Parts: sequence; structure tokens; C-alpha cells
Amino acid sequence: MTSDRFSYILHRLLGALFVIFSVSTLVFLVVRWVPGDPVDSILGENAAELNKQVLAECLHLNDSLLRQYLYFLGDIANGTLGTFCDNPDVTVRDRIVEVLPYTVELALASMLLALLIAIPLGVLAALRQGSWLDLTALTVALLGVSIPNFWLGPMLLLAFSITLRMFPDPGAGVTGLHALVLPAITLGTALAAKLARMTRSSMLEVLSADYIRTARAKGLPERQVIWKHALRNALVPVVTVVGLQVGALLSGAIIVEKVFGRPGLGTLLLDAISQRNYMLVQGCVLVIAFTYVLVNLLTDLAYMAVDPRISLERKRG
Amino acid sequence: MKRAANLFIVVGGVLVAAWMGIALLGPVVSPFPATGLDILEQLQGPSSRHWFGTDENGADLLTLILHGARIALVVGGSTVLLSGAVGVLVGALSGYFGGVVDAVFMRLTDVVMAFPGILLAILIIFVTQNPSLFSVVLALSVTGWAGYARIVRGQVLSERERPYVEAARSLGQREIWILFVHVLPNCMAPVLIQATFGLAGAILAEAALSFLGLGPQNTPSWGALLDQGVTYFLLTPHLAIFPGIAIALTVLGVNLLGDGLRDRLDPRHLAVRE
Repeated sequence: MTSDRFSYILHRLLGALFVIFSVSTLVFLVVRWVPGDPVDSILGENAAELNKQVLAECLHLNDSLLRQYLYFLGDIANGTLGTFCDNPDVTVRDRIVEVLPYTVELALASMLLALLIAIPLGVLAALRQGSWLDLTALTVALLGVSIPNFWLGPMLLLAFSITLRMFPDPGAGVTGLHALVLPAITLGTALAAKLARMTRSSMLEVLSADYIRTARAKGLPERQVIWKHALRNALVPVVTVVGLQVGALLSGAIIVEKVFGRPGLGTLLLDAISQRNYMLVQGCVLVIAFTYVLVNLLTDLAYMAVDPRISLERKRG
Repeated sequence: MKRAANLFIVVGGVLVAAWMGIALLGPVVSPFPATGLDILEQLQGPSSRHWFGTDENGADLLTLILHGARIALVVGGSTVLLSGAVGVLVGALSGYFGGVVDAVFMRLTDVVMAFPGILLAILIIFVTQNPSLFSVVLALSVTGWAGYARIVRGQVLSERERPYVEAARSLGQREIWILFVHVLPNCMAPVLIQATFGLAGAILAEAALSFLGLGPQNTPSWGALLDQGVTYFLLTPHLAIFPGIAIALTVLGVNLLGDGLRDRLDPRHLAVRE
């Protein structure tokens, strides 16, 4: 590994650590910024004074802000993300780990579906640039990013679950592949639309490159030129965008889980919000933000592995 | 593609103008009130009296959607103005002066952008407890300014090296004057494009927050209407269908406009024409 690449990786790692630290601090400050007394907001103003005192003690509210911050960082460092005052044996991490697989499964299925739709559509649109097919693909993609997932979900349910009875009813508590189809379409549609547009423009750029002209000039069959030479290069930026869209999938999952009554990180967060469970809200937000930062970091490093010019370009920039 | 760009601008522009007209006049011309309870008219399907049916309180759904247009456009527009103003200012100062100012501002944008989608807005709304329309605008702007800052910084970085900046400096003009009077106006095309997509994003985000029950209470936001629609889904699906069409048509119009503008104003396209 050259020293250039090593210093780039180090730079990115330190950057990600800094962002994770700052995100934690920001979450801490925002949650402590709650107007009024958090104890009143959790227990209600008419709760017994003794209960209020116990809860305040448990939440470290009688300590200084700095001390509270140190407790908070300690909970992140030991990986528990804190414990609950009404049930000290259960940590925030336990609650999150319990439901996380459902959200990961939903996000992965949506991503796979989006790729399967977007890449062929984008390539076809680019190959027939300016045609009706291209215009239709562009319009469909625009529709895809304009239709809110909290509307698409209910409409799919109405058509396929309630009318045609092809999929389980929402909120039936069913998990597994069958129950994953409609939520994955709902969450993946906007991503598919974005990726199709990205594939189209990336493919158009590559198709006008000199090496494609060379490949054609030396008599390679058109199919080989397009699928082997052009698409491979055109997909590099698309894969990067897939990495960056993981965040959108995670925050979209909050809505889709609500629509389909699915368990998951989003449902946990919304329940925590309605119960005003500060520790859990804080924990869910941190896990989503950390995941996003880490996926971005990995995408960046993978991109560098594919395209060695990137570290040098950034250095010059 | 120039023809397609023009078509997008025209169709998008007409859709956006239509919604602005609806937002402005709709609530005034509607014969039905948007508030109050009418138990005899609750959850009615579409009819000649109530074209889009009624909601759980017996209010005319079409009237509620017309009021919702006002909320969507006011919240969306205010969010774009606030986040755009902050983002342009931060990006301009960061790109032009560089150094510590740049380092601090850019790390700050990194942190804000580490929260995907509406997550930070959800957190802010959670702590404000009884959110108003203003707190929704504030929450969305806290998340939204970073995108503008990144774009403007990049633009200013390349503009500040141009000869006209050197010329202005040699005439003895003050740096801040050069930045705001000479450099910034040349960076506005990508800001306009970002603002258009920002408007679509803010309308969707406001509806999403209301759908999640995190928007202001008792306002006919499209997201809140949809949330109600999902609750009574089996009984009256129309309650979910119409508000969704309203959101999709508005966002589609704004996106079409943004797409068309991008194709017309993108510097790479300009370079080709030059």
C-alpha cells in the first residue's frame, strides 16, 4: 500500500471517528434541551414526589451537565447505550438488537429490488437516448421519487393485500419472505428511481468515452462492448450512490414499518417517542446515525479500492 | 434533451403554479368549513355534495386538502428560504475565506449530514413537544442548510480564482463586498436547482412528520390526513387515496421543474453551448 493510500485511509477513519463523537454530543445536547422537566413529562405532573426523585436520580438529572455527558459517553463506550430506570436489567442495546434484524432485512431486500429494477432500466434508457422509451423511463423514475412511501405502501396494501389477498394483512405480525415483499417494494421504489437515473447518466457518459470507440473499432460485438466494457465502468458511481442511500433506507424504514405494522428499529423509535422514553429515543437515533456514518466510510474505502485515483484526487483538491 | 428539459419546465411550472393558485384561493372559495364536528357526515365516501368524501370529523376532504396545500407550500417555501439563506451564507464564507472558518463550518456540515433523512428533524420535534408549523420549519431547516453550504462552498472555491475577483481586489474593493456582490451572484444557478429539489424534499418531509404523528396537531396537513386515512383504511380507502395524490402531484411538479432547470442551467451544458 502506498503512503498516499495509507494516509487517505487514516484521514477517513479519523474523520469518521470525529463525526461519530460529534453526532453523539449533538444528540446528547438536543435531548437535554427539552423544555420543562423531563421527569414531569415521563411520569406526569401529579406523580408522587418520591417517584419523581427516584427517576431524577436514575436519569442523573441532579448531576451537572458535564457529569451527565460523561455518563452518556460511558454508556456508548461500554456498548450498552444505557439502561432503563424501570427495568435496570435490560439495556437499550438489548431492545435494539432484538428488532434490528427486521430493519436490516427490510433495507437489504429493498436495495436488492431497487438494483434489479434500476440497472436494466437505466441501461436501456441510455442505449435509446432521446427515444420514447428513454422519456418514459425518465418520467417513471420521476414518479418514483415523487410518490411518498407512506402513500405507496397503503395503496399496495389496498390492491394486493386487501383486494387480491395475495399478501398477509398489515399488522398481522407475520414476518418472513412473504410479508417482506410489499414493504420492500414500498421502500425500494424511490431508490430504484434514483439509481435508474444515475445508471442512465453514468452509462451515457461512459458510452461516449474513447475506449468504447476503440472497442467498437476493433470489431468487438456490440453486446460485449455494452455489457462488459461500458456497464462495468458505468456501475462504479452507481455502487457509490447505493452506499450513500443506506441512510435514506434506514429513515424510510421508520415510515414503512409504521405503514405495514412491522417490528423494527423505526417502530421501536416511534414507540419510544410516544412513551417519551428518552434513553430509547436517544439509543435508536444514535444507532441509525452511526450505521450511516460507518456505511459511508466503507463505501468510500471500497470506492478507493476500485478506483485508485480517488485518494490522489482528493489530496490535490 | 433540450426539448425534454423545456417540456419538464413547462409541465412542472404549470403544476406548481396550479398548486400555488389552489393554496391561495382554494380555502377561500370552498363552501365548507375545515374545522368543527359534524357527526352525521363522518367518513362518507365521495358524493356529489362531497366530491372527495368526508373525514372522521365529518369535514369535507376536498376542503381539507385545499387547506393542506397552503400548509405544504408555506412550510416547504419557508424551509427552503431559511435553510437556503443559512446554507448560502455558511458556504460562501467557508469557500471564500478558507482556513479555520472553512474547517469549522465543514465539520459542522459533516455532523448534520451524518443524520440520514428526517432523523434529526424527528429528534428535534420530539424535544419541542407541542410542535407548531414554525417548529417543523425550524427542524427541517436545521437538517437542510448543509446541502446548500456544500454546493455554494464548491462554487465559491472555483469562482474566487477567476480573473474578475483579482481585478476587483486590485481596484481596492473590500473582500466581503467582492464575495457578496461579485462572486455569489455567479454561484446561484446550482443553488436555484438545489432549492427546487429542496422544496420537493421539504413538502415530503413535512407530510412524513405529520404522518408519523409528529406534526402540529389539528392542522389539515396532507400527511396527517393520510395518517387518518390509514387508520380508517378498510372502512373508507378514499381518505388515504386523495391526500396522497395531492402530495405526489405537487412533488412531481416541483421535481419536473428542478429537472428541467438542471438540464438548462447545469454548468456542463453551458460549457458545451459556449
